[in-house]
Amino acid sequence: MQPFRRVAGIAAPFPAANTDTDVIMPKQFLKGIDRRGLDRGVFFDLRFDEAGAPRPEFVLNQAPWAKAVFLVVGPNFGCGSSREHAVWGLAQLGVRALIGTSFAGIFFDNCARNGLLAITLPPETHAALLAAVSRPEGNRLIVDLETQTIQPMAGLAIPFVVEPTRRQALLDGLDAVGLALERADEIRAFEAGHIARSPWLEPDRAQPGSGTPA
Amino acid sequence: MDAPRTLYDKLVDSHTVATLDASGETVLLYIDRSVLNEYTSPQAFTGLREARRTVWRPKALLGVVDHVNSTTPHRTLQMPDPGGAEQVAYFARNCRDFGIELFDVLHPLQGIEHVVAPELGFILPGMAVAAGDSHTTTYGALGALGFGIGTSDIEHMLASSTVVYRRLKPMRVEVTGRLPAGVVAKDLVMSLIGRIGADGATGYAIEFAGEAISALSVEGRMTICNMSVECGARGAVIAPDAKVFDHLAARPRAPKGELWARAVEAWRNLRSDDHAPFARTVAIRAEAVEPMVTWGTSPDQAVSVAGVVPDPDREATPARRRDAARALDYMGLAPGTPLQEVPIDRAFIGSCTNARIEDLRQAADVLRGRHVATGVRAMVVPGSSAVRRQAEAEGLDRVFTAAGFEWRQSGCSLCLAMNDDVLAPGERCASSTNRNFEGRQGAGGRTHLMSPAMVAAAAVSGRLADVRRLGA
Repeated sequence: MQPFRRVAGIAAPFPAANTDTDVIMPKQFLKGIDRRGLDRGVFFDLRFDEAGAPRPEFVLNQAPWAKAVFLVVGPNFGCGSSREHAVWGLAQLGVRALIGTSFAGIFFDNCARNGLLAITLPPETHAALLAAVSRPEGNRLIVDLETQTIQPMAGLAIPFVVEPTRRQALLDGLDAVGLALERADEIRAFEAGHIARSPWLEPDRAQPGSGTPA
Repeated sequence: MDAPRTLYDKLVDSHTVATLDASGETVLLYIDRSVLNEYTSPQAFTGLREARRTVWRPKALLGVVDHVNSTTPHRTLQMPDPGGAEQVAYFARNCRDFGIELFDVLHPLQGIEHVVAPELGFILPGMAVAAGDSHTTTYGALGALGFGIGTSDIEHMLASSTVVYRRLKPMRVEVTGRLPAGVVAKDLVMSLIGRIGADGATGYAIEFAGEAISALSVEGRMTICNMSVECGARGAVIAPDAKVFDHLAARPRAPKGELWARAVEAWRNLRSDDHAPFARTVAIRAEAVEPMVTWGTSPDQAVSVAGVVPDPDREATPARRRDAARALDYMGLAPGTPLQEVPIDRAFIGSCTNARIEDLRQAADVLRGRHVATGVRAMVVPGSSAVRRQAEAEGLDRVFTAAGFEWRQSGCSLCLAMNDDVLAPGERCASSTNRNFEGRQGAGGRTHLMSPAMVAAAAVSGRLADVRRLGA
């Protein structure tokens, strides 16, 4: 996972409420078995017309924001489907952080697993930042996860808080699966006690295989 | 004496392998069961293969093909498109290589994962279930903690039978009284979502309680737990009762004999303690709930079918006015239009929310002696192949086909249109599904969410209709 420490770049406004993952990554881009080519799918029906040409009215097709690495988004961003393709696509498009007032739970976790920083701000602070980045002359930011601040071009730095374990994982770009497997003995011991307490939890099926590819 | 705890907190506590931060809010959570599908799992398996990791506990997993398969009446292994075919083939290879049981499209128990797993008895009270689909919240109806995860967390779960889990705040939704005639579980959960908003339960796990919840069937409870994710709840639980135990008793994978008796005894303790602290409580009077329909592109944009399309100018904030106006523009609706004057092109009964046998019975009750209106294409996609067989044994298939509905095979189908069941741009659909997002059922398609009986009423009326007013 790509670590996130301090990133500078352009922020684009995307204020719609309840932007769902169907809108972020429509179904026709979900048909792969890998993660490739998802940058094209991001906001596809908003970004492109029926003929596949960019819609000039869409913010990410406009000059100052086309190279955005941050999106200042509306409430409940990422609601709906669990599809991680939405986060993979945003990351492939070059988006490094999302700044909003609230994020849907599964999407929020998917962001963290892929080094995409999701920042939650109080509504008033968020509204001021949204207004600033909506102006072509005010859209450059520095987002610093080490100091947990957003530094706009004008005005004071905006503090934010990322929950400590999540922050450390993002700073270090950690392999979460590897970390869990360092606790394999602990998991095994828990599992044995758990099944002993509730033996009906043992799956009612003969072990069909070893869990290892042949 | 221990501090009183909610059912949700008990479920989290009993699955906590380790706490991962000083506050104890982030834990390594043990996962008892998971269901896998062909579209959110491939990259997780690839990750395992690349890291040369194994699946921790294959027998705790079940693979079901449901999202991309065709629902045409004659079943074949043929997928509607090459991408879907590749996903199904890779899924079969992964399940075979890693020793995971698979219900492929020709399997007699194939169906939508959240319908199949409970009917098998694969999900039991007190379990923690994480799966790569947001509607995993369904299992709360059985007293299990179910929640959706992304593909990275599927990989984590496959490798370790755990996920890194952030504890939610418990919210209690108390539903007093009884639902009126013609009003069902779908209407109840849609009115909750409309009331608290699409993010009203973000960061919370809901516990449903009260007389109206006790009165619901287990299938009705699945509908409300399933759709709780549409108001942001990443967990929704109901204390299991005798109805749940009866529902599970004869299921093939449920415990038997002495083990069953021990299990039921333990399951009776799966309830919130008296005075357990809830971060928020919402009270709903069941008598006040009406048949609901959505008018916009978010599940909280819902009103009584007796109402009119709302006026965006009456929204409280400029941002909400803008969002509501955009939704109406997309939906092709004008403020003030009575919803029962909105004509439809399509009618769809299906999905993990509303395609179980009771849902089909309720729709069939509306359709007996009636016929789909001219110009409306209507489909039934049963929640599972077992539901389809049960419905056929009851003669419901003949009711649907006599009324002009297509009687199809099982899958997710037009709920998210990943197969070839898709709305054309501008087509308007009365749908028993869970999401009315822009483009959800096809680019430019317009979705109105409602109960299965209300879909049937709309299909025969040719427009959105109040099932209570159809007449004899």
